[in-house]
Amino acid sequence: MASATQLEFEKPIAELERQIDEIKKTAGDSQLSVAEAIEPLERKLEDLREEVYRNLTPFQRVQVARNPRRPFTADYIKLAFTDFIELHGDRAFRDDAAIIGGWARLDDDTVMVIGHQRGRDTKEQLKRNFGMPHPEGYRKALRLMKLAEKFHVPVLTFIDTQGAWAGLGAEERGQSEAIARNLYEMSQLQVPIIATVIGEGGSGGALALGVADRVLMMENAVYSVISVEGCAAILWKDAKSPEMREKAATALRITAPELLELKVIDEVVPEPKGGAHADHETAAKSLQAVVNRHLEELRKMRPEKLVRRRRQKFLRLGAWTE
Amino acid sequence: MAWFRKEKKPRLPRHEKHEIPPDAWEKCDRCGHTDLREKFVRNLNVCPNCGFHRRIRASEYAAILLDEGTSEETELDIRSTDPLGFPEYPARLKKATSAAGEGDAILTFTGKLGGMPVCLAVMDFAFMGGSMGSVVGEKIARLGQLAIERKYPLIIISASGGARMQEGVLSLMQMAKAAAILSQLSERRVPYVSILTNPTTGGVSASFSMLGDAILAEPGAVIGFAGPRVIKQTIGQELPEGFQTAEFLLEHGIVDSVVPRSELKQTVGQLLRHMSGKEASAGWTTT
Ligand SMILES: [Zn+2]
Repeated sequence: MASATQLEFEKPIAELERQIDEIKKTAGDSQLSVAEAIEPLERKLEDLREEVYRNLTPFQRVQVARNPRRPFTADYIKLAFTDFIELHGDRAFRDDAAIIGGWARLDDDTVMVIGHQRGRDTKEQLKRNFGMPHPEGYRKALRLMKLAEKFHVPVLTFIDTQGAWAGLGAEERGQSEAIARNLYEMSQLQVPIIATVIGEGGSGGALALGVADRVLMMENAVYSVISVEGCAAILWKDAKSPEMREKAATALRITAPELLELKVIDEVVPEPKGGAHADHETAAKSLQAVVNRHLEELRKMRPEKLVRRRRQKFLRLGAWTE
Repeated sequence: MAWFRKEKKPRLPRHEKHEIPPDAWEKCDRCGHTDLREKFVRNLNVCPNCGFHRRIRASEYAAILLDEGTSEETELDIRSTDPLGFPEYPARLKKATSAAGEGDAILTFTGKLGGMPVCLAVMDFAFMGGSMGSVVGEKIARLGQLAIERKYPLIIISASGGARMQEGVLSLMQMAKAAAILSQLSERRVPYVSILTNPTTGGVSASFSMLGDAILAEPGAVIGFAGPRVIKQTIGQELPEGFQTAEFLLEHGIVDSVVPRSELKQTVGQLLRHMSGKEASAGWTTT
């Protein structure tokens, strides 16, 4: 797995993984003795993962959140849902592959899943525009939310984007309006909405899927009003140096525990040791359990109560004195 | 008041004109036209030569839109704090307050527009670039609530570079907060007119600014989500002439109308009368 996407602070983990692989490969048929040989190494690996991930700095968390080996929306759909059928397009301009969505089942019940989709290799990244949507992406998302509302089906969103795409076409087609419209419509949608930040939640492009009854965050996800690079560039005219990026990541309070404290999110979803990318299945199971619990609560509420409480939740956010 | 008119000083002879203090003259940023400041002011800070709309303060917009003697500022005491402990934020707030005055990046009012009671919020670019933090969001939410309770139409004038970075995600959440109050306003069929001035970008553009029952823009205003500099950087090429201007947005179907400052009051009044089932106004006085 070691590659260009290898994070600096994960190198000791990767080295140990390589050693284990080596032993497995060279062992050939003598499976029994191999198991004996690698058992202590695997225990050591487990400890090392825990150790490294317990002490992540905010900027290291950003790197983890952006890691292309992390589970994406499509991976969570595959692992935590069944019976998925993707729906395409905004019915007006085109299909934006940076956001995917469709019907799926969560423990037999139909739900609408919608999320940003990044790519692992270059070809996929280009197709998905690195998970940075154009207006038609938000409009597709809204179309699917309204469709879910029509059939009284809950909406589950997955946030995983550096932000909206800063390009000519996006502005020509009313990027601002598309995002604003989603915020507005989501604050009156008559079905439960649960949003989960699974990777990087960047600015308006993230929030366009983020007005929900419950906002969850994976343990190593980040959520920010501006990229740490953007913040560092504005404040210290330095978007590149690790020190300034660390300083910005710390100042902006973008990690899940900090945002829980600020009441911006409702719950932190635990990730497996070594982060979600170390074990997609466990990460998906973990998320599935938390989503299910919230969904069960939300399903009991009448639409009026749901909408009233959702609005109140956002109307309370902020800090001021008087 | 005619009796003292005679007392007025006679017009200065030509050769004495240079004695007018130099700071009484102002220059248009666009065409370079030089004129007496008083003349710019009387023209609502629109260049008499080329029509360039200069940036004006929130209180000046209130004076333009609201009938004389009717405006009352609301929520005067609400102030920003430093919820994240962000580097240098308290100092920046202090500086902004002394440079731009109290009230953060938005002022809110009740008053009358052409005799019709309204709620008016005006952003102030002079206060930290009109950036939206918790106070801006909260003041909009409270004014929206007031508009709902009194059934007064709502008008918001935007001028902002976007969300206030120093309040982190809390600033981002103000976009959702404003949308939440506007959806309530809409449910009660209280009309809302959004006016976009130079510049309206970032988080503000992607929230209440774009949610008006009518959206008006001042001529030449730069309006968009991503700022021109960021786009240039992303695509690695120069932007087309006039990109992201009010006129560009009109052409692309994003705003209802581009309205010169001198016609704002009349246009907003006309729209509000249509949307609240009131008769057409007989005689408009535009200032
Ligand atoms: Zn001029």
